[in-house]
Amino acid sequence: MNLISRAPNVWCPGCGNFTIQQALKEVITQLAAEEYPVENNVLVAGIGQHGKLFDYMNLNGFYGLHGRTIPIAAGIRLANPNLQVLCVAGDGDCYAEGLDHLIFGAKRNLNVTVLVHNNRVYALTTGQYTPTSTKGYRGRSTPEGIEELPLNPLELMLVSGASFIARGYTGRREQLQGLIREAILHRGFAFVDILQVCVTYNNLTRYYNEHVYDWTKEGVEDYEKAWEKAREWDYNTDAKIGLGVLYRHRAPTFEENHPVPEPLTRDERRTFIENLLDRRV
Amino acid sequence: MEHKEVSVLIGGRAGEGISSAGQVIAQMLGHQGYRVHMYYDYPSLIKGGHNFAIIRGADQKIGAVRNTVDFLLALNQETVDLHREKLTSEGVLVFRSDAANAEGVAVPVKRLLEEEGAPAVMGNSAILGAFVRAAGMDWEVAETVLRKAIPKQIDTNLRIARRAYDEAEVKTRISPLGAKALPVVTGNEAIGLGLIQSGLGLYCGYPMSPTSNLLHFLVSHGTELRIRVIQPESETAAILMALGCAYAGIRAAVGTSGGGFCLMVEALSLAGIAELPVLVVLGQRTGPSTGLATYTAQADLQFALGAGQADFPRLITAPGDADELMAWAAACLDLTWKYQLPAILLSDKTLCEGMYSLDTSQMRHLQIDLELADKNVSPYTRYSLTESGISPLRFPPASGEIIRVNSHVHDPDGITTENEETTKAMADKRMRKMRGLAEEIEAMDPVHLGGDVDASTALLCWGSNKGICEELGTKMGLRVIQPVVLWPFPERSFARVCKGVERMFTVECNESGQLARLVRQFGYASEDVILKYNGRPFFVDELEALLGRAIS
Repeated sequence: MNLISRAPNVWCPGCGNFTIQQALKEVITQLAAEEYPVENNVLVAGIGQHGKLFDYMNLNGFYGLHGRTIPIAAGIRLANPNLQVLCVAGDGDCYAEGLDHLIFGAKRNLNVTVLVHNNRVYALTTGQYTPTSTKGYRGRSTPEGIEELPLNPLELMLVSGASFIARGYTGRREQLQGLIREAILHRGFAFVDILQVCVTYNNLTRYYNEHVYDWTKEGVEDYEKAWEKAREWDYNTDAKIGLGVLYRHRAPTFEENHPVPEPLTRDERRTFIENLLDRRV
Repeated sequence: MEHKEVSVLIGGRAGEGISSAGQVIAQMLGHQGYRVHMYYDYPSLIKGGHNFAIIRGADQKIGAVRNTVDFLLALNQETVDLHREKLTSEGVLVFRSDAANAEGVAVPVKRLLEEEGAPAVMGNSAILGAFVRAAGMDWEVAETVLRKAIPKQIDTNLRIARRAYDEAEVKTRISPLGAKALPVVTGNEAIGLGLIQSGLGLYCGYPMSPTSNLLHFLVSHGTELRIRVIQPESETAAILMALGCAYAGIRAAVGTSGGGFCLMVEALSLAGIAELPVLVVLGQRTGPSTGLATYTAQADLQFALGAGQADFPRLITAPGDADELMAWAAACLDLTWKYQLPAILLSDKTLCEGMYSLDTSQMRHLQIDLELADKNVSPYTRYSLTESGISPLRFPPASGEIIRVNSHVHDPDGITTENEETTKAMADKRMRKMRGLAEEIEAMDPVHLGGDVDASTALLCWGSNKGICEELGTKMGLRVIQPVVLWPFPERSFARVCKGVERMFTVECNESGQLARLVRQFGYASEDVILKYNGRPFFVDELEALLGRAIS
């Protein structure tokens, strides 16, 4: 099956979203050749430029609301844990309006993959600051520059209990592909913050290229070490920007705590009701 | 004296088990063949404060209490002081003699507990035992009901009740009515039973009065019922989980009150355009905003009618007693699936936390002809344009198929579009579902006709005011009209039950007459609206006086 749909693509030429789409397509194709049929994937999208991926991919999907991919994903997983749910979200989307859901997804260790297209700007609404924009970012709603410091999503996910945390960059496609694959195969809440270049409103390509380096693959289960790595760069001050897996560990998942039982038959339900009412006479 | 009806008030401090004791009394009256209603009044706090329940039994179906009672069961002095004036002249006061000074049947609870070496929590068994004796009921009534109602240490509880029974004296006699004994349930339980009957798979609720007990009821039987019950981080998350679940093919419902429903509205509109089934149980309470957390109102009808941006099909029902709650909760869940749209079941604190006799033999089983998609329809198109507007449903995974649902305007495949013809065609398709639903509703007897059905003066009411209007309509010679389905408004059925009506009076628990406003759109004017909005339901004698003045 062709994983790219018939929908005309309207991302700006050079947009980092193309890299994410390509990486995702490669991973799903690889996994389909192993033991994960394409039809078992469900793409849950928020609202923003990232969300257009829903239209551009030939995958089952739920194009939901701004910031709200995770509760929808939780519902899908509660109904059928054989479905592999991929949440694609934006930084405005899930670090602002849907932040509570992101934290609770991590807290519950919901077994889904969350790919955050973090371009650090609202692009769909043509250029306002987001929770990860650098201090001083001059957007259309902050012409004098935003005075707040950005959030560090990796720290936030560590403290919230995410069991897989990684950072990728659209300027490093092969590595990103590997991270997405690992995230999908991880059993538990798998979070990937993807530094995505926005060529129109926030082109940080040169800055990222000058600052990124690869984290070593060793010691990714060490929580204290993960803290150190997460704090190397605060998304604001000049520093080295690590890429790769930050932290990984195995913990019981939300779905394991809420297994899907074989439903009662109509007659069994009727018997339950009769018995209950009999105790009320 | 021989009773054809009897009222009992039990009161004490919050945390003393007033609601459970009230339920036992309701079951005792049910056991004697009475049709029962319990009104439960409690402030929004955990311990202390004053709680009371009024349990009324009658020889006909009822849905309201009086403000006079035949028995006052007082667990403390405050209860005696607050409610003594409600006792009828021949009324009987049963009280804890170690917590109150009064005249009547004194129950030395502390001593009885000490003699049995029982904990304080069992004190209510003593009061209940004394009540059974004072009311001239056989010990068998106490034993049968307590055995069913008390899950733990029943033998000790029975010994305490028996001692109190033996020490008390017969003051009057609540005679068995000879009618079939009916079970007693809360409105929340009746809703839960309807959902269970209709094959619920997932229930999500964020705690909020008056529907928290629906969450508790379902979770307490969740394992046995093999349903999943989840308390997520917010009402927003609750309804979105339900929509995700529906997308993957499992029936889901959520419950909340007005404040939580505000948060759900965003997803209600999503369910409308994405054509996903979900049932929202909206238990109204006094508002606006936080309002009175534990008191009643019927003030969210216009909110439910208009909730969510833009036009989309929806179903709104407002059952008026336990029988209707159970039947319509089941039917609503079926209808949301058949028509792939959101449904709102309007309840209120009076219904949710009040108790009612449930008569499943009289309950109409609303048959919904539910034909989901042929599992093999292929190639599959999620939003195929059909004459009925209903597109066949399939769920992922489906080999070789792509199943997309979308909050944007979308084409039949679910892919986002801005095309003008498709935008209109999809809007028309969604509204065609509403026509089918409206037709199906008309055949489901959606407007209840009661009271004096031939009278030319009518009482129009909805939801929890059904019972009291029926009772007074019968007594005062008034026709009672109660639309159970409020949207799509059942115009034909409404016109049929209104034939010959010359004067119409609307009874509602809100300050603006929201139902009166709705029916006015369809050409029915109320001569007057009788409104109550202090958080309490109408009491029988109170409404009788108000109606007398309005109609004369």
